Amino acid sequence: MTSKVLSEDVKKEIDMVRLKFPKDQNKSSIIESLLLIQHANGGYLSEALIEALADHLKIKKIDIYEVATFYSMFNLKPVGRNIISVCTNVSCMLRKSDEIVEYIEKKLKVKIGESTKDNKFYLKDEMECLAACNGAPMMQVNHVNYENLTFTKIDEIIDGIKDD
Amino acid sequence: MIKVCTETFTHDNPASIETYIQLGGYTAWKKILEEKTSKSEIITLIKESQLKGKGGAGFLTGLKWSFISPNKSQKYLVCNSDESEPGTCKDRDILRYNPHSVIEGMLIACYAIGASVGYNYLRGEFIGDQWEVTKKAVKDAYEHKLVGKNILDSNISIDIIPLIGAGAYIVGEETAMLESIEGKRGMPRIKPPFPAVQGLYGKPTIINNTETLASVPYIMKNGLDWYKSLGEGDSHGVKMFCMSGHLNNPKVIEAPLGTKFSKLLEECGGVLENKKLKAVIPGGSSVPVVKGQDIFDVPMDYEPLMKIGTMLGSGGVIVMDESTCMVSVLERISRFYYAESCGQCTPCREGTGWLYKTLTNIRSGNGTQSDLDLLDRVANQIEGHCICALGDAAAMPVKSFLKNFWSEFEYFVEKKQSMII
Repeated sequence: MTSKVLSEDVKKEIDMVRLKFPKDQNKSSIIESLLLIQHANGGYLSEALIEALADHLKIKKIDIYEVATFYSMFNLKPVGRNIISVCTNVSCMLRKSDEIVEYIEKKLKVKIGESTKDNKFYLKDEMECLAACNGAPMMQVNHVNYENLTFTKIDEIIDGIKDD
Repeated sequence: MIKVCTETFTHDNPASIETYIQLGGYTAWKKILEEKTSKSEIITLIKESQLKGKGGAGFLTGLKWSFISPNKSQKYLVCNSDESEPGTCKDRDILRYNPHSVIEGMLIACYAIGASVGYNYLRGEFIGDQWEVTKKAVKDAYEHKLVGKNILDSNISIDIIPLIGAGAYIVGEETAMLESIEGKRGMPRIKPPFPAVQGLYGKPTIINNTETLASVPYIMKNGLDWYKSLGEGDSHGVKMFCMSGHLNNPKVIEAPLGTKFSKLLEECGGVLENKKLKAVIPGGSSVPVVKGQDIFDVPMDYEPLMKIGTMLGSGGVIVMDESTCMVSVLERISRFYYAESCGQCTPCREGTGWLYKTLTNIRSGNGTQSDLDLLDRVANQIEGHCICALGDAAAMPVKSFLKNFWSEFEYFVEKKQSMII
């Protein structure tokens, strides 16, 4: 039985992903499928969606939960519509990324790891280095890199985000 | 200025197939297809060029290829574009400015090891830029019939398939990457069996770093003598150095292996605000830190860096000036390994937590002398006791920070504050 929770468009995209792997290796499609599903669902994965994917790929739910809980880009709770990740790893830390986080926390009135009240922004607690060390301090907003950040630049970027 | 993997970078539309072809791209691949060059000839050439894995381990690429199981089963090539070693930002540039060098390198590698499929696994956070560029490049290569079924009527068929991750440092470890491609948690496998014998889906698999594979077409095209001659002094070949931290002009520099650290520093405009150089982590946050004065005149290559107690690693060169509190830096590094440990081996899962908690304790002014001994003890208990190198990567910084900056740590536990005002 295929659940109706997944849209036909998403199912089509998932079936394209399946073609990348040998026919008997449906689990290989989990990661990219979850990314597609999460994107179509406003940035997070619900239990119903995870179960729908299990049905669609004909694999066990636990296999999908394992992946969904292991990789840091999957959100299992609703988060703000625009995701902000400030890199605070060594190279960025040396270029004062802590001040960048503090500034955004004050600006959006949230603590790191929280979403704003209007749900417009999610300030992600980013542990990983985002591989833009020569542009430190940097952040990703909806997976687009912004480098050599200053407070003025942050204002421009964040204030420039219009919700659809 | 030397350009290998960065050849296209300064051209208009650097990522386009037209630019790549105009600069002589895909000629090495076409020549192999026409001449049906023997696999062993290619492997020998890459071996003799002394091309070494540029993701961190520095293993001879040709030698790795030669380990591929000779049986006739399905084989795989995996390009490791899961660039996540803190301080490393070179593969992201290759992927967005020279993606076809990666594709051509993958094709040649697939041919040499007898693989009909090459997966390029990009880290999830590359989804905004590099992922789109990679997909477009692969599509264009298919349209030019350089990839796919019966490539340019050669009877050779190879598929190149881009994959995307979803955020996990550990997936950069080659066997964890295979688990991830199989749709599982990224937990490293016990070796042996090595991937060259039993890899993806149990089939023989070779995993190479992006920069390594991107170098391959240039070596095939220009010859091994050319590549070897690019090195400085006793060194052979080039490396991309990701210069970050306290620098006036941080950047990625492709330079001859054996280039002195002082020269790279100079190319970055020196230390930020002309402060004094204090410390350098030369190969990503996993490798031992060294004092500035100890690395200043050292050629940046595998052996010379080993001699001063550190490693070239991924080429992520993190530069720290005199205003840096080493206790804080180590605390941040330890937090990373604690967060990224996959949890499979007890010494790493528990030990990285102990390291981070102990360092947080010290930095908040509650540490004692015995905490310093504890750090060293825990680091020793992790090192060498786990399935993969993440545990070692967590331990090495701790040991080297304590060794090189002991007085700073001692000051912190005695005075309950940083030596650095």
